[in-house]
Order: sequence, then structure tokens, then C-alpha cells
Amino acid sequence: MTQQQIVEQLRATFPDKLGTWIEMTNGSEYQRRIGSYLEIASPEIVKELCLYLRDAKELAFNSLLLISTLDNGDGSLSVVYHIESTTHAHRLALKVTLNSDHAIVPSVTGVWAHANWQEREAWDMMGIRFAGHPDHRRILLDEDYPGHPLRKDFKEPDFYHGMKVPN
Amino acid sequence: MSELLEGRTIKHSTLPTTTHVHAAEAVEPRRLHTEEMVLNMGPQHPSTHGVLRLEVVLDGEIVVDVIPHIGYLHRCFEKHAEMLTYPQIIPYVDRMDYIAAMSGEHGYVTAVERMMNIEVPEKVEYIRVLFAELQRIASHLIAIGTYGLDAGAFTPFLYCFRDREDILEMFEKTCGARFLYNYMWVGGLSHDLHPDVLSMCRTFILKSRKTHKEINDLLTMNHIFVERTGGVGVLDAQVAVNAGASGPMLRACGVKWDIRKNDPYSIYDRFDFDVAIGSNNIGQLGDAFNRHWVRMQEWEQSLNIIEQILEQYPAQDTTSVQSAIPKRLKPPAGEIYSRTETPRGELGYYIVSKDNVKPWRVKVRSPAFSNLSLLPLISRGYLVADLVVILGSIDIVLGEVDR
Amino acid sequence: MGLLDKLRPAISEIDRSGEGGFVVTSTETLFNWARLSSMWQMSFGLACCAIEMMATSASHYDIMRFGVIPRPSPRQSDIIIISGTVTLKMATRIKMLYEQMADPKYVISMGNCSNCGGPYWEYGYHVLKGVDRIIPVDVYVPGCPPRPEALLEGLMKLQEKIRAERLSKIELA
Repeated sequence: MTQQQIVEQLRATFPDKLGTWIEMTNGSEYQRRIGSYLEIASPEIVKELCLYLRDAKELAFNSLLLISTLDNGDGSLSVVYHIESTTHAHRLALKVTLNSDHAIVPSVTGVWAHANWQEREAWDMMGIRFAGHPDHRRILLDEDYPGHPLRKDFKEPDFYHGMKVPN
Repeated sequence: MSELLEGRTIKHSTLPTTTHVHAAEAVEPRRLHTEEMVLNMGPQHPSTHGVLRLEVVLDGEIVVDVIPHIGYLHRCFEKHAEMLTYPQIIPYVDRMDYIAAMSGEHGYVTAVERMMNIEVPEKVEYIRVLFAELQRIASHLIAIGTYGLDAGAFTPFLYCFRDREDILEMFEKTCGARFLYNYMWVGGLSHDLHPDVLSMCRTFILKSRKTHKEINDLLTMNHIFVERTGGVGVLDAQVAVNAGASGPMLRACGVKWDIRKNDPYSIYDRFDFDVAIGSNNIGQLGDAFNRHWVRMQEWEQSLNIIEQILEQYPAQDTTSVQSAIPKRLKPPAGEIYSRTETPRGELGYYIVSKDNVKPWRVKVRSPAFSNLSLLPLISRGYLVADLVVILGSIDIVLGEVDR
Repeated sequence: MGLLDKLRPAISEIDRSGEGGFVVTSTETLFNWARLSSMWQMSFGLACCAIEMMATSASHYDIMRFGVIPRPSPRQSDIIIISGTVTLKMATRIKMLYEQMADPKYVISMGNCSNCGGPYWEYGYHVLKGVDRIIPVDVYVPGCPPRPEALLEGLMKLQEKIRAERLSKIELA
């Protein structure tokens, strides 16, 4: 299936919940394929949508490639899911945009086990909470590290456990 | 499986598959009083391949649970990537997966070139693939050598490091650095191939095939090694795909998945090579032995690719390797997820550009990070001594796990 | 006489007849000689430099000819090579490892990262800018990563430093 067909099918199954399909404008067909994404308007359907994507026979997105996070710089954060089907060899990117004061999105750990550490990293680096995550701790930094470093407004601490941090 | 394996007489019945899996049940009938105990392994431990800490919950000798604690080498790559321009990021990419720096660079420059729609000269592509494959061998040599150390064999380690020096010498002749190169630039290379390298490659192939056989005799077919690794840390194929395993870890489960074949980049479609997968011939599909065996086979396949490169290499081509490098690196606004196959698996770069000389965001899908997350899954129920063997078979690089 | 040659010119007389004999030297020279010729190293790798450290101890460069033998425990080791980036999370552990080592102990800081933060100097929010902020360093080896030869030179510099050590602080007139 092409990505357009997949999106059409999703629109039919989840009417009004999905946002626009953002397509990369320049480049070849391959570049459009790896550079386009589907926006999801309502974050609460993420888990439901992912379950559908994984279990529908003709879609069979059995592999989660990456969960990445974005600070858009305007007070909103985004979570981007890159998923792939190894059986049908098609892939898709989904993007959810959240308010940075109340950044919470359903966890997809139950859908793809790979999401477990990816979501922990997203919480650690960007401060996005994942509802229903089985082990919601920081992963790379210590629990008492102040702030989430990949947010654009992050300021590194002057001292950490008595050690001077800035140069 | 090659004839090499079939020619050997290793009895499958002697493999410790059954004893290990049911070790927990063996304790039960004797009604021993057992108590769980927490053992801390690392961050300073010779077998954790760096600064990894494992919190191991044990019931006697049996591993009940493993909780990996990572981040002891978190060097803020993604923050640096936001602060620096596109070419300035390449040295940091080197330092991420420091055992396979060329492969990391290849992934990064491919991603940026795809964003900017840059056509790279053919000669550059050949040199890139040549170096990426040499790097794959160098990385597997470290993986195999240190895996021997983990399983109690010291000699293969010395042999592997001896051969690795030959590869590093070729890199050094070409770009001046032994180990972290900053060699592949967006659109080109920093230096042209050194004229000696092609002939060095030819000698290296001959020598390396010999070492390959030697390591197979010394280590892979060593009865002690097979007993130690066969049937240990078994991973199911479906679980592996779902949990994001990639590279030798995934292929050892019998899944024929290689980005070089399934999502070809650079000029990999011109070469004829097999995707090595695990089997049930020795050990069990998806166990630690098969992960090692896949690496051994990939070493051979990489040599095949290098041979084909030597045949096809456009030696008369005098194009400058820097001819396609753009004067100003400023990708158009947009985002891309591009991936390549490194020795450890699928290395993906998610780059968001906002039409600036600095990227807005660079996120890395690091294969070692994803593969390590499977450790608790594959080590439960085995003996604590097997934990080192299982961890070694994943072949992690902490620089890439923590970034 | 092999190793004993190193004690010259402090050795005044050696009986070469094979029936045993005596060596006259100062305790200082003897102790320093013993310390510098068997520096047991804590086998402990941090980052990229650790791979170069491994290459140094493998067959090509053979660090053992300097009497450097890797030991897995801090209690048994004399030197610690900080081979790589020290992060904030790791720093407290390194300090603890250093404190567990028995005296006399020496520290080699290998690579720019542990010298001063290296390439992570400016934006490394989780990188300690120099291991000398937490433990004393004897020899700094620059490079990113230093070549094995550079590490070996660092070792020789440390040997020189030990050779010149004084056991007592009292100055004899």
C-alpha cells in the first residue's frame, strides 16, 4: 500500500481524529516517502490508533522504529512515531503535538515493547509524560537532575552534587 | 549454514539448552529454601563493555530479573547537534558509536544528503562503501574478540586486535586518523583514497580470510565455547521485531532483515552478498551462539563486498572527492527519517530542519540502545554466569547507548 | 643484570660470582624502582579512549612490557587511567573507585575529555569538564583519542615522576 492509501484507510476508521497529511515538497518519490508524516489532532487516540495499525491485516505495522520528540519553540512539544511493517515493507510517521505545560500522551508500550525505553528517554530528555507506562522513570540522567535538557528553555545547573557543571 | 559447520561433529544432545531453561524448576523438587538477592554489576566491571550498571535480582544462581541502568556515558549528543552546524556535527557522530565511526558517519551524511537532494560522485560512493565495510569488519573483530574474553578465551582477542590494526592503518593512510575520522563529509570526503589502500586491501582480504578460518577453528567450533553460548539467551523472532531488535541480534532469530537489502542506500544494490541469518544447526535459533555466528558470517560477506568493490572501483576517475560538497549547507525546511545498517543494526537519523545552517533537532535511533533494552527479556531464567555471555552477545557500545 | 641495571649509579657493588651478595642503594631509589616497574592498572574503560587503551594492551603495542597488568579490583591496583568522558553520573563512582585504591596511587588522565571536557566543553550539560575537578591527576595525555604511543609516553612520564619521588619531606642540609 502507498502511504496515501494507508492514510485514507485511517481517515475512514478514525473520522475527525486525524489532522493533515504533511508531505515533503521537494525531492524524489523516495524522499517524500521518508519525509512525510500524518498529524494526529487528538492525542488521546494514539494507543487505539497504534493498536489498529499493528493488528489490521493489510497494514501490519509490526515494528516501531523510533519515538522522537520535538520542542517546537512556541510552547508546544511534539511526539513523532516512526513505524514500519516488515511484512508489507511500508512505513509511516505519526506526529502528535502537545502543550508543553500539560504534555501527556498515552503510552504505546503495550503495542510495541520497543516503546518502553524510547518513552522513558522522551520523558527524561523532553519531559513528556506517557500515561500507562509500566516503568515511568528517567533513563539517562539521574532522578535528581534538574530539568529536561532538550527543551529549548533549558538552563544547565551551576552545581550538581557539589561539582561545577559549566566550563 | 556453510559446509564448515556441517563438517564438524558436535553432538546436539550435549548442548545445555534444557538444563539452563529448567534450572529454576530443578531447585523446586528439593524444596530448598531460597531467598532473592540483589547483585550489583558495574559500572566498573570488566565484562560490561563500558560503563553499564546492571541490577541483577538472583534466586541462588538463577537470574530472576535484570534492570539495566544506563546513562553513565550520556554526552549530550542531541543538544550538541542543535547547537552546531551540519558539518560540525560529524565529529560528534564519530564519538557516538566509537567502534564503528565510519558507519555512523555514513548514516549521518546519507541523511543530510537525502534532505538536500545531493548527488554524490560515483567514486565517492565506492570509497564510502569500501570504508563502511572495512569498518564493519573492524567492529565485528572487536565484538568477536571481546566476546571470546567474556566466554573465557583470551587468544582470539589478540588475533582480532592484530587484524584490526591493518584496517586502522588503511584509514590512517587515507585520512590521518586512526579511530575517529571526520572523513565522510556531506557531499564528499575529506581526502581522496590513498593510492596504497587498494593494494593493502587485496593483501588484507587474503590475510583476513585466513584469520576468519582460524577464529572459526579456535573459537566458534570450540566445544567449550559452544557449550557456553549455545541455547543461552534465546530470543523469539516475533518478540525481537516487536521489541525493536536489529542487526545481528535480529538476524540471529532467523529474520532476514538487512537495511542494505531491504531499504538500499548508497550503492549497495550493485553488490552481490548474502544476508547472514541464524539457524538451528548448532545451538538454538536466536541464542547467543547464533548472534556470534551471524557476526562471523557477516565478516565473510563484507570481505566479498570489498572484493567486488576492488573489481569495480573506477581507478581512472579523476573527479575530486570534494566536487559535490555544497558551499553552504542549509537544507530546506522539512524533516526526514533516514537509516543505514551499521555493525550493530539499524542506525536512524531523524533530522528536522527549519531552513537554517543548524538543525532544529537531530534524534538518533541507536541500535545498541534498542538491543540492550531486550536484555531483561532474554536473560531471565538463566544462570548468573550466563549473564555475561548474553550481554556480550548483544555487542553494545555504551557511547551509542547513552549518546 | 637486566632490571638491576636501572638501579645504577646507586648500586655501588654487585657480586657477580653467583654466590650471592649485596646491593647498596638508598631505600628511596629501591622503593621508587619497585613502584615504577610494576604499575598495576585498574582495568576500567570509560569511552572511546578505552578502545585505544585496549589496543595498547593488545599484541601490537603490548603495555605489559612496562609492568602494567590490568587488575579488576581497585584494591589491587596502583594506577587508574581515566580513559574517556567523565559524566556527572559517573563522577561520583570514579571518586569512590579512586578512594578505594591503596596508596601509593597514581592517576593518568587519558584524552581531552577527561583533561578538560574536550569537545563537550561548551554544551555538555552532563559532562564533567575535567576529571581533575574531583580527583588529583598526575599525568595528562592529550589527544582525541590519544594514539597508543601517546598513552605509552604518558606512562613513561609517570615513571619519570615516580623515579624522582622523595620518601621523606625532610631536606638534609
